[in-house]
Amino acid sequence: MDDLRVVTRDIDTHATKISAKNVQVYYGETHAIKDVNVEIKEHTVTAFIGPSGCGKSTFLRSINRMNDTIDICRVEGDILIDGQDIYDRNIDPVQLRARVGMVFQKPNPFPKSIYDNVAYGPKIHGLARTKAELDEIVEKSLRRGAIWDEVKDRLHAPGTGLSGGQQQRLCIARAVATEPDVLLMDEPCSALDPIATAQVEELIDQLRESYTVVIVTHSMQQAARVSQKTAFFHLGSLVEYGNTDEIFTNPKDSRTESYISGRIG
Amino acid sequence: MTDISHGSAPQTTIDKVQASLARRHRKQYILQGFGIVAISIAFLMLFILLWSQIATGYKAFMQTNITLEVFVDPEEVDAGKLPRGNFDDVLVAALLPYLPNVDASSRADVRTASGIFSNGAQFYLRNRIVEDPSLIGQTITMRVPVSDPYDQLYKELVDRDTPENLRRLDNTQISNFDQLYEAGVITSRLNTALITNADSRFPELAGLKGALLGSFWALLTCFLIAFPLGIGAAVYLEEFAPKNKLSDFIEVNINNLAAVPSVVFGLLALAVFIGWFGMPRSVPFVGGLTLALMTMPTIIIATRAALKAVPPSIREAALGVGASKQQVVFGHVVPLAMPGILTGTIIGLAQALGETAPLLLIGMNAFITSAPGSPFDSSTALPTQIFIWADSPERGFVSRTSAAILVLLTFLIAMNAIAIYLRSKFERKW
Ligand SMILES: Nc1ncnc2c1ncn2[C@@H]1O[C@H](COP(=O)(O)OP(=O)(O)OP(=O)(O)O)[C@@H](O)[C@H]1O
Ligand SMILES: [Mg+2]
Repeated sequence: MDDLRVVTRDIDTHATKISAKNVQVYYGETHAIKDVNVEIKEHTVTAFIGPSGCGKSTFLRSINRMNDTIDICRVEGDILIDGQDIYDRNIDPVQLRARVGMVFQKPNPFPKSIYDNVAYGPKIHGLARTKAELDEIVEKSLRRGAIWDEVKDRLHAPGTGLSGGQQQRLCIARAVATEPDVLLMDEPCSALDPIATAQVEELIDQLRESYTVVIVTHSMQQAARVSQKTAFFHLGSLVEYGNTDEIFTNPKDSRTESYISGRIG
Repeated sequence: MTDISHGSAPQTTIDKVQASLARRHRKQYILQGFGIVAISIAFLMLFILLWSQIATGYKAFMQTNITLEVFVDPEEVDAGKLPRGNFDDVLVAALLPYLPNVDASSRADVRTASGIFSNGAQFYLRNRIVEDPSLIGQTITMRVPVSDPYDQLYKELVDRDTPENLRRLDNTQISNFDQLYEAGVITSRLNTALITNADSRFPELAGLKGALLGSFWALLTCFLIAFPLGIGAAVYLEEFAPKNKLSDFIEVNINNLAAVPSVVFGLLALAVFIGWFGMPRSVPFVGGLTLALMTMPTIIIATRAALKAVPPSIREAALGVGASKQQVVFGHVVPLAMPGILTGTIIGLAQALGETAPLLLIGMNAFITSAPGSPFDSSTALPTQIFIWADSPERGFVSRTSAAILVLLTFLIAMNAIAIYLRSKFERKW
């Protein structure tokens, strides 16, 4: 498979944040991720694209060890964040997940108030010593999530009472409240209408300044709009990885080309 | 869907759908019909049960009393000898003026006449005098219950046309009662003794206080043991235990346990709690332990179902922000499952409240005339009290048995209503 992978020259100057080396993921007997090598850059939005079932979510979930919660799932190879192996025995997945936030496909606010949704992460990690500090974190996170203005008057209303798009931005605010370095997003806009999608996309672009963002998306346009780097997965392999504009205008691999032009998927 | 009509076949998809529609509707009506019939039968049964119990039981909610002006004769009741005294004679003395036909010098006649008083009447008077000895020498108004046969007579449960020798009251007794009735001293009042008295051999004095408290202590014990243990076991099995042969085996056995007949738990409790550990018989604490054995599987099964119903997205959300497994389970999953857990628990406790067989085996059907002050005092429970009364020969216990059943049903209905209320109040939309 290696011969099919096209190594693109890195033209920007960002340092490597996440580096995956010979990663294999198995669900029982199913080999879901096959020998993936990739270097994800800091302060960059990286899009994972590919046909359904090709392993995008699986790979994304191995970056914050969410796969640990699936009994039959096994990860081999190394995934390094800032040069540190996250599958090392000394790494506590709980601590890792505080550093690597995640936003899910379906908005999943806790059935609690908007305030409590955002405050939950900082509370359990002890990031705030006083109520005032916590208030500050909540406000900052909600501003980051571009939802502050809409909810500032009803912070104690239930988070589940918001619209779908607002809920998703609340989830993003919740994810950034623990000050992660990396933000993983699995199809964050698939449940949203075009207007909410545009809001979230704009938000993702802003988030790049502070975080390393990895986003799984089925929308080619979205990948083109928000990402600087794109990785194309097919049948569990990373087929092509490079600058988004190159992948979309000048794909090296025929499978990438067919997918982008709508022939596979 | 595309229309796949071929040139030759004029039948379109919509025609085929139309053709199948009648059949599908018919099926639906038949199913609905079955459902309605099933529910109607269930309601009919419930109605028959309630009706039969109310029809016989309602009379027990009233008690016939006799009200007399009693002169507390200092010659009969000596303040220095209290609580002893001839209280029955004092009562009889107040009764006789209403019965001119009774020869006060004939002991037999007087005894017949005084039979109208409940056996407990003299104790009512005694308690009142002991409480306030200054009443001695005064005339006070006393309302005391009449004995069971007269109560039955007043409630028209005694047929005056049956031959005298087959009746529990002879003609003199009936005429005595009628004279008192004419004089207006016989009244019927709400039978508060049914709740405030403990058991008694005399129906007119018997009440459910002991049984109610016994059931309360037993259920409290049962709840305090089965609730934490049941939730703990369920949370462990559902959230933490590795899924393997052993946990499957445990699961099967818990389901089995829920189906084990209650009498088996009674035998187990008899052997273990009373036999090995030497705990006393007839006490609500042991009853509660026994009921806890039975209730725990119900709580475990309900809790596991409630935990399973918490959507995985909530777990992922919490894990995603870095919550540990414990924080996810106890901070999110268990609180969200709580309404379901409580519903299951209340239903389990309602079952326990009505459970009879295991309590009979550990001796909670003893005849005990004082209410338990703690879970370690001997007592009966509601269902065993019903069992005892149903077995008693006195006529008055027939309606009291039904009344006790109604009291038990009231508690069961209240508990189930609370369960339904909790479920609807806390039902969440995700
Ligand atoms: N929990 C699981 N247990 C077993 N197999 C799984 C599990 N999750 C995913 N898989 C398998 O792993 C493969 C990759 O799945 P994954 O969810 O990563 O695909 P995906 O690229 O995210 O697809 P989609 O675009 O539809 O979300 C699929 O073949 C899927 O069947
Ligand atoms: Mg996916």
